[in-house]
Amino acid sequence: MGLFSKIKNGLKKTKEALGYRLNKLFTGGVLNDEFYQELEDILLSADIGATATEEILDSLKDVVDKKHIRTSDKVRGELRDLMIDILEANLPDEYEYPLVIMLTGVNGVGKTTAIGKLAHKFKKAGKSVTIAAADTFRAAASDQLTVWAERAGVRIIKHAEGADPGAVVYDAVASMKSKNTDVLLIDTAGRLHNKKNLMNELEKISRIVGREFPLAMRQNYIVLDATTGQNAVAQVEIFDEAIAVDGIILTKLDGTAKGGVVLAISSVLQVPVVYVGVGEGIEDLEDFDAEEFVAGIMD
Amino acid sequence: MASFGTLSEKLNHVFNKIKARGRLTELEIKMAMREIRIALLEADVNFTVVKDFVSTVAEKSVGEKVLKSLTPGQQVIKIVQEELIQLLGGTAAKLEVASKPPTVYMMVGLQGAGKTTMCGKLALMLKNQGKKPLLAACDIYRPAAINQLKVVGKTVGAEVFENGTAKPHKTAAEAVKHAAKNGFDTVIIDTAGRLHINFELMDELSDIKCATAPDEILLTVDAMTGQDAVIVAKSFNDKIGITGVILTKLDGDTRGGAALSIRAVTGKPIKLSGIGEKMGDLEPFHPDRIASRILGMGDVLTLIEKAEHAVTEEEAIKMEKKLRENNFTLSDFLKQFEQLKKMGNMADILGMIPGANKLKLSERDLDEGRIKRYKAIIQSMTPEEREKPEIIKGSRRKRISLGSGTTIQEVNQLLNQFEQTKLVMKNMKNNKFGKRMPF
Repeated sequence: MGLFSKIKNGLKKTKEALGYRLNKLFTGGVLNDEFYQELEDILLSADIGATATEEILDSLKDVVDKKHIRTSDKVRGELRDLMIDILEANLPDEYEYPLVIMLTGVNGVGKTTAIGKLAHKFKKAGKSVTIAAADTFRAAASDQLTVWAERAGVRIIKHAEGADPGAVVYDAVASMKSKNTDVLLIDTAGRLHNKKNLMNELEKISRIVGREFPLAMRQNYIVLDATTGQNAVAQVEIFDEAIAVDGIILTKLDGTAKGGVVLAISSVLQVPVVYVGVGEGIEDLEDFDAEEFVAGIMD
Repeated sequence: MASFGTLSEKLNHVFNKIKARGRLTELEIKMAMREIRIALLEADVNFTVVKDFVSTVAEKSVGEKVLKSLTPGQQVIKIVQEELIQLLGGTAAKLEVASKPPTVYMMVGLQGAGKTTMCGKLALMLKNQGKKPLLAACDIYRPAAINQLKVVGKTVGAEVFENGTAKPHKTAAEAVKHAAKNGFDTVIIDTAGRLHINFELMDELSDIKCATAPDEILLTVDAMTGQDAVIVAKSFNDKIGITGVILTKLDGDTRGGAALSIRAVTGKPIKLSGIGEKMGDLEPFHPDRIASRILGMGDVLTLIEKAEHAVTEEEAIKMEKKLRENNFTLSDFLKQFEQLKKMGNMADILGMIPGANKLKLSERDLDEGRIKRYKAIIQSMTPEEREKPEIIKGSRRKRISLGSGTTIQEVNQLLNQFEQTKLVMKNMKNNKFGKRMPF
């Protein structure tokens, strides 16, 4: 069999749901190399990454040794606890108001949509919300955000396309202060994390907020697409270097991707996942729940 | 960036001991295969593809040739690279053109993959080839998608056909008719992005396909996609039948392992890749180059190509002569900066240099602002100072820093860097980089 057809055959397996494969795996067989090999494949296919997968498997083997576990049916719970522990090692900060949240991330991860959903969430909780359209770069970005602002029924501050994002944020903060708004949500232009100038621009926006409204609580969130692979680790690392990332919003978790890369991120960096996007409607943004998330990978 | 170190380095480390003994042990092969496996997984190549790939490479690596070679590490790398290129389709694939215009390209893909921007890039590329493309706005769901396409169309100077929120397949069919009537030779259809689990929208894509009989159905995929890439590609291919793939966001530190997975699962070629935010940043896809990237080996070929674009042969010969006679001056240094700038983003260029990771040459060291300041400093010098930098002492440094709005430290930095460059150039002159350097 040629390499090509071999791979095609192999991929048939990926189509089978992970949960199905895990169920088959945890039916009570012996814990041999084959068992760990299959488990490794499953973790890898959830985008957990080579390094984090290895770590998880090593810890799991330790636990199995310590607790004298002999059959696979007892392993499922241990694996689940292990992954939850990794994800819950860092928890998001409690909100205080006034609150300024800035959303960052690479292009196309769903920042603007996430802003719309967040606005709706705060509004429903009885908070007054203003959106700052600081993505002045992408064509028609502020149009898209205006549609979301209307849907959520909140105010939006915007300038012309190509305007200085810092100026938009400056105006938005001034408006927030004069109107005693509880929450300001800042949408920023998508940027690939290796573009120095764009990263500098983020630092500048962050500085403006700090200078103009030192009393407000500030949270910088990075929006990650659940389909992103191991590159997400580098993304968080570099954004964190520029503006100190306080949390992750994981979007597009409603597809087939499991977003397992946040496990890889959690094992390297101290950044908690705060929200997950689970659909296209305005209500579809939920607080992150480690147990549910792990269940999504395992069940 | 999270630097994994190049596979080449790691393998050499594993194999270094062998050189003395001249044969591979089973353990060494196992260790080597583990490094290959991790490199591919960290590049987001699908894990089943990785598994089969590694076993094939392992088989070939125990062969006579590798065992007897003096550099088994390099031999294995060569095998890996060759197999990768083969798996990626061997040679670059071109876009189909209809025998009777208009040619119809239908763009499909997930949300946020970069379809709308890609439509613009493709239109510009076709325009530069002397074609007359028409953009058709068939994404009626995402707020402001039609507007975005209009702005993109305006940027590249291509007409946009839209019909508000009318049924997408009707708009698409009308666009093709409009093109035929008004002398457009190509129609690029922008469709709504979707999560592939959405059957309703998949049906809509099929309708557009039936209504327009496209010459190419191009799946746009984000190069950063992880293990899910195969599932996405497979479902689009099963449901609609794609003819090729465009990889976006391949600039920066993405290894692009998704390319390998997609090619392996659909058998459809990757035709183009988007490599930057500007409209001109679209390139034919070269399997050999992406193979180097996946392995973290840099992309020397693209680098040379870019250099050739930025520097005329005449300039190169002149520069070479100067180097040979050892009278490379600050004016030449300035010219180099300008040429480098013409080649594009510094970070991308760095990414193409093999081993740049190792040198820890980050963009911070070579950022555009610094280059601008260096230019200002050199431009604040007298012609004599540019030719003979050794005469720049205390008071001249002060004047130059004032004149260029920089600090004396920065002037010193520039002068130091110039001396270093001169030294490097001198060394490079006689070595393996060949007789003529691009810059």
